[in-house]
Amino acid sequence: MIESVVSQSGFFFLITLFVIGAFGSLFFHRNDTCANVWSSFFALSGSLFGILFSSLALLGGQELSFVFGKTPFFILSFSLHIDMLSAFFLFAISLIAFFCSIYGFGYVKHFYGKYSIGALGFLYNILLGSLLLVVTSSNALFFLIAWELMSISSYFLVVYDRNDPKNVKAGSLYLIMTYVGTAFIILAFLLAYKYTASFDFAVLKANAHLIPSSVKDLIFIFAMIGFGTKAGIIPFHIWLPVAHPAAPSHVSAMMSGVMIKTGIYMMIRLFLDVLQPIPLWWGEAVLIIGAVSSLLGVLYAMTEHDIKRLLAYHSVENIGIILLGIGSAMTFYTLGMPTLALLGLIAGLFHTLNHAIFKSLLFLGAGSVIDQMHTKNMEEYGGLIKYMPVTAFTFLVGSMAISALPPLNGFFSEWLTYQALFQGITQLSFSLQWIFILATASLAFTGGLALTCFVKAFSAIFLARPRSVEVMHTKESSVPMQISMVVLASLTFIAGFFSGILTHMFEKIGQSFTIFHTTSSFVSVSSGQHLQSASGFSFVSAPGLFLLFGIVFLCVFLGTRLLVYRKQKIVCGNTWDCGTTLSPRMEITATGFARSIVLIFKNVLKPSIQQDVEYHDAESRYIPKSRAVTMRVENMYDTYFYRPLQKMIDGISLKSKVIQGGNVNVYISYIFLALIVALFIVL
Amino acid sequence: MVSPLCVGVVKKVKAHLQNRQGASIFQPYRDLWKLFHKDEVISKDASWIFLLSPFIVFSVTIIIGFCIPLFSSFGWSSFFGDTLVIIYTLALGTFFLALAGIDVGSVFGGFGSSREMTLSALAEGGFIFSLLTLSIIAGTTNTFGIASHTSFLNGQYLIPVLLAFVGFFIVLLAETARFPFDNPATHLELTMIHEAMILEYSGKRLALMEWASSNKLVIFFALGANLFFPVGLASDRHIGALFLGMLLLLCKLLCFSLVIALIESSMAKFRFFRLPDLLLASFIFNAVAIGLIH
Repeated sequence: MIESVVSQSGFFFLITLFVIGAFGSLFFHRNDTCANVWSSFFALSGSLFGILFSSLALLGGQELSFVFGKTPFFILSFSLHIDMLSAFFLFAISLIAFFCSIYGFGYVKHFYGKYSIGALGFLYNILLGSLLLVVTSSNALFFLIAWELMSISSYFLVVYDRNDPKNVKAGSLYLIMTYVGTAFIILAFLLAYKYTASFDFAVLKANAHLIPSSVKDLIFIFAMIGFGTKAGIIPFHIWLPVAHPAAPSHVSAMMSGVMIKTGIYMMIRLFLDVLQPIPLWWGEAVLIIGAVSSLLGVLYAMTEHDIKRLLAYHSVENIGIILLGIGSAMTFYTLGMPTLALLGLIAGLFHTLNHAIFKSLLFLGAGSVIDQMHTKNMEEYGGLIKYMPVTAFTFLVGSMAISALPPLNGFFSEWLTYQALFQGITQLSFSLQWIFILATASLAFTGGLALTCFVKAFSAIFLARPRSVEVMHTKESSVPMQISMVVLASLTFIAGFFSGILTHMFEKIGQSFTIFHTTSSFVSVSSGQHLQSASGFSFVSAPGLFLLFGIVFLCVFLGTRLLVYRKQKIVCGNTWDCGTTLSPRMEITATGFARSIVLIFKNVLKPSIQQDVEYHDAESRYIPKSRAVTMRVENMYDTYFYRPLQKMIDGISLKSKVIQGGNVNVYISYIFLALIVALFIVL
Repeated sequence: MVSPLCVGVVKKVKAHLQNRQGASIFQPYRDLWKLFHKDEVISKDASWIFLLSPFIVFSVTIIIGFCIPLFSSFGWSSFFGDTLVIIYTLALGTFFLALAGIDVGSVFGGFGSSREMTLSALAEGGFIFSLLTLSIIAGTTNTFGIASHTSFLNGQYLIPVLLAFVGFFIVLLAETARFPFDNPATHLELTMIHEAMILEYSGKRLALMEWASSNKLVIFFALGANLFFPVGLASDRHIGALFLGMLLLLCKLLCFSLVIALIESSMAKFRFFRLPDLLLASFIFNAVAIGLIH
């Protein structure tokens, strides 16, 4: 059975499911219900088959490579190669796609009659299919085609809710950023092609030694910019907080949960596989980028009161954490410590999976709330826990997982990341040691700040009294939406509980890399599913933790219930109001909650307050009519990176205007000159 | 179980320093007993988060109690003694404490939570690094392992350990809501942090919350005493050694209580926005300590 599923025809079948789903829903575009059922069905069965395919491939451990059809160009071939790493990303994508599709089935109903559901189903299925192709293609040109399909389909999904001009603007920014990124990726591949004469990853890898080191550095920089833009590292993350809020929620869950991970996939593929051996500074650079991204990501998240923008900034943060793992892997391997390198890679991969699970869960939860409240502004929520209990509970679980609270899954991947960083501190020489100390510090502060941020988010959305009348009219979201959220929430527990098995799995994935063939990880999994580092430095046991937590909670709960004098009454009363009537305006707001952090980090965030007071009598200025306070946060990367860049481009454009005569003859002579110059260079 | 005693001692010493007689050191036990028998008043705005939080917060302190060396440097619980587990489990308690503070929608609870989360977020760096310093020296992140490593205070490691201890002590004051971070005796609107969050609790839930906070105090005392000065911990199951260990633990807790009481009597509470400087100083002490180990 394994052979029949994990085969060329199996994969072909997988892609075909999505293609049928895509074109079928386009065919039914006149009937919204039909289109929704059709596209959801094929997206569901496709992702279910994807889960089956990838888990069998992961368990079987064999590699698969084949070519689809023939092309007239010798450099382009539709060749696919599915190794363990690809299979893992296939698994993550299919898993999240499965839950997003269930959710989407219920969620898109409120688009009925407003927009074309057929188009949505078409684009959604194309996005899923292209995501699968991105992580399996083994030819750079074929990869770029899939990459473009992914970018274009996600662009159209971002601008799907097109009546809001803000969404269209967000889409444009996304499109620009993704094309700048793709341009750099193309440059990187072209540079590699120049020296290796191939676009095939396998050939590239075999001939990587032919690339001179300076060119290799250039490839690294270009690839980092290109894939970093997709992954959302700072300062190329600006599209994330704009594009995620614009897209429909199940699509933003897909984008934030797995699409940005394709950037991570390619970084792992290139830096740890294809381009090996790599110089030391690459790893250091990735570590520093990871540290900066995680810390700044969470700080900007603190300042947000738009629920989806907040989550988008947390994606930046988590990408940073993943990069801390991968950066330490790169550093350690170059320094000749493969066991530690494998540990870093395992931590990165584990966090990739975990982030996919809890981030999509949080986005789906946010989607349910937005669906009911019709606003993304957290200040207008409040008290939703009584109206949407299931959403509230799953959102709480997601918040705990993303804040790395034990015993949920986020804790174990961050624990592994910490182990990699700790070993860097203990085993490396002075200057390198400090990079690891700073990386650990950023991870530590990120953890604390993420916790604060999710206390803020959860309490502003679900706790206290409603802050607007809309809350009273909300009701729990539809059944498919609830199912996907509940199952995702239980997955955070399951992935935490089975962190030992998962770590072992990731070790096997790591060992499928050429550089790790004979290595075993620094942190090993012992028989009772405990994680243990090689020198006995540290030890954690997931089942043990679960057991301890369970027993103690139960004891305390029952103990208080049974032992304590039981005749007491519980009286329901008002919250203490100091003698006034409490109004929702007296509660703390999300902005107020985060204000002290924002002020503490004012050198980074540069908050500003602008007060506009309008007076009854402009002459006397004693009795104010209305008062508006605008608080904003300056974006550092905007002021110091994008503005100067824009100015430079403007300046160059102005200068180059000189040569535009407007006369056709002049242009023809330019072309002629260019031709001659080109000929001179070639000959 | 001894935790309310520490609170009692701190209060008693403070009272003496203020020329008062002060309540008996066993008063906190009587308070708890009283609270457990009282009726409860619960706000009608409260959700299950508010109802459940005291149990979670209290359980967390019990779990940590299993995870740290109290009077012996061995134990079946060395299974759980990873420092990261301890730090993040404590964060779990803080998380629910802060949520409960906001849940009832009171004016004070929200600000209490905001301040508490701000402080604990900033304290986390110092906390992890102070324990990491010890872990690196002892070669293990297991708290029991660290406690059985006794050569901290001699030779090359003296300065890093002392620096780390200063850093740790600052974190201790912040996490246990003591001066100069928070005043545990006040219910003044402008300054309270921990008290603001539990303001709406009453009856047995308040008792659990109070007990949990005194447990937390003992946890930090025990961490400070047994990790930084691991003297007299029972290293085998010999009954005499165990007894000695317990006795010494009591002495250590008494010492820490005295120091805290002295600090609280001789110092004013800091302005809120000066506290991050202190926490940052704690972090820098620890980072330097790690840098000095080699």
